[in-house]
Amino acid sequence: MKNIFTLMILVAFGIMIYPLVNSFKGNDKLPELGNYYAQPENVTKVNSANLVTAVVVTYRGLDTLGEVSILFLTAAIIAFFLKKQTGKHEVRENSEIFTTAAKVLFPLMIILGVYIFMNGHLTPGGGFQGGAVIASAVILMLLAFPEVPVNQKLLSYMESISGIVFVGLAALGALIGFGYLDNAILPLGTFGKFLSAGAVPIIYSFVGLKVGAELSNILVEFKSVQSNE
Amino acid sequence: MNYLLITSIFTGVIILVFTFIAIYQKNMVAAIISTGAVGLFASLMYLVLAAPDVAMTEAAIGSGLSTFIFFYVLNRIRSTDKKKSDSVKNDQL
Repeated sequence: MKNIFTLMILVAFGIMIYPLVNSFKGNDKLPELGNYYAQPENVTKVNSANLVTAVVVTYRGLDTLGEVSILFLTAAIIAFFLKKQTGKHEVRENSEIFTTAAKVLFPLMIILGVYIFMNGHLTPGGGFQGGAVIASAVILMLLAFPEVPVNQKLLSYMESISGIVFVGLAALGALIGFGYLDNAILPLGTFGKFLSAGAVPIIYSFVGLKVGAELSNILVEFKSVQSNE
Repeated sequence: MNYLLITSIFTGVIILVFTFIAIYQKNMVAAIISTGAVGLFASLMYLVLAAPDVAMTEAAIGSGLSTFIFFYVLNRIRSTDKKKSDSVKNDQL
């Protein structure tokens, strides 16, 4: 009976969605707003080789600010609700291969993360991606060496300072530039070079640091409440 | 049929299979690992569909971090359950 009911709901959804799927045609032209961003005169205004980054950091920078604050709220709520465990957490020893590989890979992963967020205006990627890669490096170390304590104070200071600098740079855009999160507060540089796109690489570096520190902090919180008693 | 379409259909079928495993598998560890595999193949899908930055996020968060967060939470829930059942046993004794 219950299964028939579920099936009926699924069929109803299928009937509802079918016209949408049926009428879908691939679009070989950009939509109007995307077309506006891709105009040559607007590209030279931002001067970022990766147009997605230009949209995310300058045109839709306020949404990025919202995402960053949602992440901050998540980290704060997790830290608030997880109770510190009194019991000792005993883990079995990791294999030699895993610990050695973690030691080798950790610096490389950090460098990859920093590369991703510093070159966000040239290649695919940016603050969130770089921060997530850095947090993956941190979880590798947490799994390989669970006994080593992590300096959580440093992580939270790094996160708060990056957040303040991000908001400060955005406000600077409103004060001396064209508007909030405007990237023209610094010289725009030559198109396609590392020093281009004005404040975008700096803003994205701080977003990357903030996201990396925040995700690492969440993981350390989760690790610290483990116990096997 | 071009190469891209075949790859995306194949990836989509793999994603569906891993999703069903994640839902119907009784073993929690296998379910969590197949959730991670869904993220991995989803990132491949995004790469095929020309969204490399979304693919990066999905690979790092969907298949890396969230899998380990699930494992940490599972371990935490297990230890709490064990503590509770131990105290119930002591009460009965």
